Amino acid sequence: MAVENDSLSRRDILKMAAAGSMSAALAGAPFVATAQEQKTEETDNDDWRFQLPPLPYAEDALEPYIDARTMGIHHGKHHAGYTNKLNAAIEGSALVGKSIEDILANLDSVPEDIRTAVRNNGGGYANHSLFWQIMSPDGGGEPSGALADAINSAFGGFTGFQDAYSAAAASVFGSGWAWLAAEGGALSISITPNQDSPLMEGKTPILGIDVWEHAYYLHYQNRRADYIAAWFNVINWQKVGELYTAAA
Amino acid sequence: MAYELPSLPYAEDALEPHIDARTMGIHHGKHHASYTANLNAAVGGTELEGKSIEEILGDLSAVPENIRTAVRNNGGGYANHNLFWQIMGPDGGGEPSGALADAINSAFGSFGDFQSAFSAAAATRFGSGWAWLVSDGGAVSVTSTPNQDTPLMDGKTPILGLDVWEHAYYLNYQNRRPDYIAAFFNVINWDKVAELHAAAG
Repeated sequence: MAVENDSLSRRDILKMAAAGSMSAALAGAPFVATAQEQKTEETDNDDWRFQLPPLPYAEDALEPYIDARTMGIHHGKHHAGYTNKLNAAIEGSALVGKSIEDILANLDSVPEDIRTAVRNNGGGYANHSLFWQIMSPDGGGEPSGALADAINSAFGGFTGFQDAYSAAAASVFGSGWAWLAAEGGALSISITPNQDSPLMEGKTPILGIDVWEHAYYLHYQNRRADYIAAWFNVINWQKVGELYTAAA
Repeated sequence: MAYELPSLPYAEDALEPHIDARTMGIHHGKHHASYTANLNAAVGGTELEGKSIEEILGDLSAVPENIRTAVRNNGGGYANHNLFWQIMGPDGGGEPSGALADAINSAFGSFGDFQSAFSAAAATRFGSGWAWLVSDGGAVSVTSTPNQDTPLMDGKTPILGLDVWEHAYYLNYQNRRPDYIAAFFNVINWDKVAELHAAAG
């Protein structure tokens, strides 16, 4: 129990206590009274921080297309790193309390001394938050409804879309992303370097594939094309359809 | 005359445990081989055929616009990895001596200060790229480039380079790039770096 306690930050414990989700054993530990005494002050102070969202499925849920080890490191190390560095960059600045979408869409108004850190880590925070959502163990197949209509209209059919999107993802030189973005209901495919986001260009990303090598190297090494092909088996088209509707 | 993938100057497992054999094999046999093939495909049949890669990268504005990006990316990848294999070795590590040591001390104050500056450059390169020690008229400085860009594009001569694309370390180090950077210092072939410094000076 002591070892487990060490892995929880005080903020985690406070959140668990607030949510009433602490186990009886943990709630009986001597430090809890101290933590609860400080609850109001601590939670007020830390409310502004961006939180690493939990994966919406198990780390091995996307096997064999994306392996559990990659998912665990990608979420627990890379995404967590972007989240922590974003919070460190904006702490004490005028950005505290703004949504990440608002911040990234207006990078020009971010103070110059933290702009690169916010661009890189805020982009990484937002991009990965989307990435986990638009994948699912029940994914694959093709979209339906209004999203299917828009894809057919823009790309001449789902296959035309898949070919264009795969080519875009393969063409990113170095680290970056390929996107399907909505702008006033119209769809377009684009690529961005590093952790840049279509939000920085006034577009709403509704689908994104991470082609940083960390997204696939443990399983696919230099075979990025195989990763891209496999990824189509885990796209959560229902979620993408919701994002499309919300953006239109 | 097509560009040729150079052989590794040592076995794939020669840099273990600092750089693992599987990483070396894929890095050389797949990544470097692809840059080489893609470079040849880009320059084949153009006026660039037969020129040295250093000459091409030193004057990218003279490369026809329709192949400039392909030459920049793949020519950079070809040249950068050619250098990378050379400046590592199983008998590497330690510190430089002679004129190179003098130049490093003059520029950074000490070897330790150089190591800190170079490591910081490698750690802070966001995304894919390289950290470099370059020679410019004998004086040395640390810099970094994105993707496969090279100091040759800025008229400087790279004499030491560290690949911080994730493919260079992910199989063994995953997200722990600082550990890879620290380990790299155990395989630097300072004799070779000194030769390159003398040739550039």
